[in-house]
Amino acid sequence: MGNFLRVAWLVFRKDTLVEMRSREVLYTTLFFAVSVVLVFSFAFVKEGRAPDDVAAGILWIAISFSGTLALGRTFERERYNDTLRALMLAPADRPALYAGKFLGMVALLALVELLLVPLVGFLFAAPIFSRPLLLATLLGLGTLGFSAVGTLFAAMLVRVRSRDTLLAVLLYPITVPVMIAGVRGTAALFQPEPDLAMAQLWIALLAFWDVVFVTLALWTFEPLMTE
Amino acid sequence: MRVDFRRIAVVDVARHFGRRKALSHVSFTCEAGDIVGLLGPNGAGKSTLLSILATLMTPSVGRIEYGDRGLLTTGADVRARIGMLGHDLFLYPELTAQENLMFFAELYGLPDAGRLVELALERAGLTARRHDAISGFSRGMRQRVALERALLHEPRLILLDEPFTGLDQTATAALVSRLQERRQAGCLVILATHDLDVASGLLSRAVYLRNGRMVGADDAIGGLRDRYREVIAAAAAREAAAARH
Repeated sequence: MGNFLRVAWLVFRKDTLVEMRSREVLYTTLFFAVSVVLVFSFAFVKEGRAPDDVAAGILWIAISFSGTLALGRTFERERYNDTLRALMLAPADRPALYAGKFLGMVALLALVELLLVPLVGFLFAAPIFSRPLLLATLLGLGTLGFSAVGTLFAAMLVRVRSRDTLLAVLLYPITVPVMIAGVRGTAALFQPEPDLAMAQLWIALLAFWDVVFVTLALWTFEPLMTE
Repeated sequence: MRVDFRRIAVVDVARHFGRRKALSHVSFTCEAGDIVGLLGPNGAGKSTLLSILATLMTPSVGRIEYGDRGLLTTGADVRARIGMLGHDLFLYPELTAQENLMFFAELYGLPDAGRLVELALERAGLTARRHDAISGFSRGMRQRVALERALLHEPRLILLDEPFTGLDQTATAALVSRLQERRQAGCLVILATHDLDVASGLLSRAVYLRNGRMVGADDAIGGLRDRYREVIAAAAAREAAAARH
């Protein structure tokens, strides 16, 4: 277990350092996420009011679309100098390599959400501070589930020519349960009177899906990555 | 269990990508102290064979025996004894030479990683530029860092894919000298190359591949370019005759 965590930490630290030097993925993802929210705000917000439940949907659309973009760019970097093969050649637990990449993706999306959530709150008059802990839990669990599947598929498709198309085609259908739980849970919190029971139900479901997705991803990473 | 790598046997290895045969029934053995060249035109299957030897790819048919172990039983202990330098250099251009080497030293769990990285930078002649990002290096300098990265953990099996591409004479001579030093240390080096002039003074054995098939093998002493032409031309003629029938 110590070795697993050590390798995951090394990969996470390396990815963070590379991103701090280039800031390419962070800026691209942030710009895209903000653009999505702005476009939807122009379409839906009339006289300072948005239709009910729209804010939750737009927040999760922005997270999933920008997350897909970030996944593609992150693994494009590993493909460019074939460094993913260098990682696979190391005498380290291959699931630990996955865990490191997965943590990097979660951290990146968390940074994006730090900007995205206040922006959605501001543009759609969503009550983001009414239950901040529950909202953070929903976002955290949703990001974990999305990143768990996304990291696995992005790594698997890194050497495939039409990887960008295939990533979206594979990722969205499988992460539908995460998206539904995220949207419904967030919508329950964004109501004028937050529906706490409903939000907690969706949080429990998200936690269940996270356990399933992370377990499956750790289990299948090595066989899927061996050509 | 420690893998000895005194002998490696490629036993009837084939690799298919859908209907395309990248490798077809390739068999040969090599031993520690050999520098084996995989020679052949583009698309001959050299890089595929190197990937299979590196455990990055599994053969569709056949097996690789590392000492007395088959590929199916490979794991971290086998990978710990393999060093590979690909055509792409396996380095992060945003990181410095020192950061790249340190990352891989730590990933391999090497004790005293800091000292090993110092030595590697010294051998690469890049101690003064250790804090410069790889993206600012010339091809030759990157290649030197990449080679030291591949050799950091003192692998017993060294796999190199087109290692002389883009190198000037000085850098080529330095690489040849480093490989000969590793050979004397008892390592087994297998390299794929098109550079027959450099290879003829370096290889102890040559394996000729064409269209995924092994079309010859010899001890690679003298006249390598002429023999390469003969072997590949004869294989092409056989293929043409077979196609006519």
